[in-house]
Amino acid sequence: MISRLSDDKSRAAIAASIERRRIDTRGLLFRTLLQSCLLVTLVLLAVLIISVVNNSADQLGARLGDFLSGTLRSQSSDDRLGVHQGLYGSLWIAVIVAVLAFPVGIGAAVYLEEYAPRNRFTAFIEVNIRNLAGVPSVVYGLLGLALLVKGNLFGLDRLTGGSSALSAGITLAILALPIVVITSGEAVRAVPVSLREGAYGVGATKWEMIRTQVLPYAAPGILTGTLLSMSRAVGEAAPLILVGAISGRLGSDPGLLDLSALTDQFTALPIVITTWTVQSGRDVGFTAAAASAIVVLLVFVLLMNSAAIGLRNRFEKKRG
Amino acid sequence: MPDPTETVTDTVVDHSVDAGNDASPAEAMPSLSTERDVVFRSRNVNVYYGAFRAVRDVSFDVHKNEIMALIGPSGCGKTTVLRCYNRMNDLIRTARVTGSITYRGTDLYDERVDPVEVRRRIGMVFQKPNPFPKSIYDNVAYGPRVAGQKKGLDDIVENSLRKAALWEEVSDRLTDSALGLSGGQQQRLCIARAIAVGPDVLLMDEPCSALDPIATARIEDLMQEIKQDYTIMIVTHNMQQAARVSDTTAFFTADVHSENDTRTGILVEVDTTQKMFSNPSDERTENYVTGRFG
Repeated sequence: MISRLSDDKSRAAIAASIERRRIDTRGLLFRTLLQSCLLVTLVLLAVLIISVVNNSADQLGARLGDFLSGTLRSQSSDDRLGVHQGLYGSLWIAVIVAVLAFPVGIGAAVYLEEYAPRNRFTAFIEVNIRNLAGVPSVVYGLLGLALLVKGNLFGLDRLTGGSSALSAGITLAILALPIVVITSGEAVRAVPVSLREGAYGVGATKWEMIRTQVLPYAAPGILTGTLLSMSRAVGEAAPLILVGAISGRLGSDPGLLDLSALTDQFTALPIVITTWTVQSGRDVGFTAAAASAIVVLLVFVLLMNSAAIGLRNRFEKKRG
Repeated sequence: MPDPTETVTDTVVDHSVDAGNDASPAEAMPSLSTERDVVFRSRNVNVYYGAFRAVRDVSFDVHKNEIMALIGPSGCGKTTVLRCYNRMNDLIRTARVTGSITYRGTDLYDERVDPVEVRRRIGMVFQKPNPFPKSIYDNVAYGPRVAGQKKGLDDIVENSLRKAALWEEVSDRLTDSALGLSGGQQQRLCIARAIAVGPDVLLMDEPCSALDPIATARIEDLMQEIKQDYTIMIVTHNMQQAARVSDTTAFFTADVHSENDTRTGILVEVDTTQKMFSNPSDERTENYVTGRFG
């Protein structure tokens, strides 16, 4: 009986000792802080989207098809403003970035990760590629202006036609290149050693190992990185201004798939948006037009990103 | 960087594998070797990672259709030694191998030897099952495919899976991802993958360390079954496993360099597994197999 009593006592002591005594104030504060960070981000994004959609709703609702097929004018906002030439420029810039920056960037990344010797020189190169990714886009615009528009050094202006969609595309491809190299390199580095050894272990050569193990495994990561870099390139305005995108009235209005206009004067969605926003002080009608163009650009970029995510999921499923 | 030739003279005496033999290092081998076909003959093998010597003066023979177990405590270089036999250490940028390893009379490290061809004849099964993220079929067919084979893959896949005792379990789902198999099945798949290229030797690096006892028993049975076709070298932490499956055992230990806390693996003794576990010549072997150290 006595022992039972002491048992009860010790049980009570244990229960008391493990009882929750105070609220973890600091932990709670930390959690709230993190939550508010997320909230700020979401609110800003929501304000942005709501204001843009609000401003553009009337315009897009009333004449979406007309807006998409209309052309760039600067005199008045009356009714026939349109983004067709901007869409043309942005679409082809995206294509040129994909055609030029992706293969070159992925190739450079695979070489650096798989073949290049590990020494100071390659370390130096890698650091500089990272630095290039941080160079302001205006600087790339200057490069495009000198090399592709003016034709300094190599006389490339004869190929690009000077201020053209082709020049703009090549300039933005150069801008996207370091990002493609870095993200692809990271994806290649993430391929497990065990897979490489497994392939070597049954007599694969280095090339076979890279083709059958490294590239398929790294494909989703490479794809995500490269398409994100393309979205960024398509949204750039500063380099395009330097390369000579037209911001006033643009005469030519090629069909979206008309290749011959690539070397003509051009404009692109970010330029269209900038131009109309600048003019909205003089003529309020441009505000709605600019907002509508923003929506078009957002949808354009969103479509590209969802294509990236869709493709990545497919590759990942394949990877197992 | 130490001179590799210097090591031959100054250290071979204390590590020559047969105590009763006082002849030159090349002949100081266990007497059990004489009559049978020698598949591998290593002499004074040293492995360096940069300037650091990971393994010192390893010399032993491996014979046809025998299972040789490499045992010893952690960090004694067993895996490093095993990876010398199919030039897997080539893949580590800083690794360097000195001494000689011959495979059926040919120096594996001769500059005319192609490591890719070596690995087709001397297959490897790794510590952690590493199936490719492909279908079961494509995993097994991978080796023959990279070797350029396009016809008869179905037969090769079936035969290899049968040999690896996996056919019954997977024959109805060959196109499923290999990653859906259990750990033990994955390891048997890796054995099938290694077998599919028609190797002569299988190197197994702790193939059961990630498996449960039942899966382990299956792999051990499998080794006994395929032994008639292959020569097998197996690294294992598990002394009971070495005693159960192997014909010959090599015991390694580590020389600890107290000044910089590094270890260099050394070969203590090689003999028939029966003798190694009942009446070893070296006291260190006896201490290890009886569980007194390691």
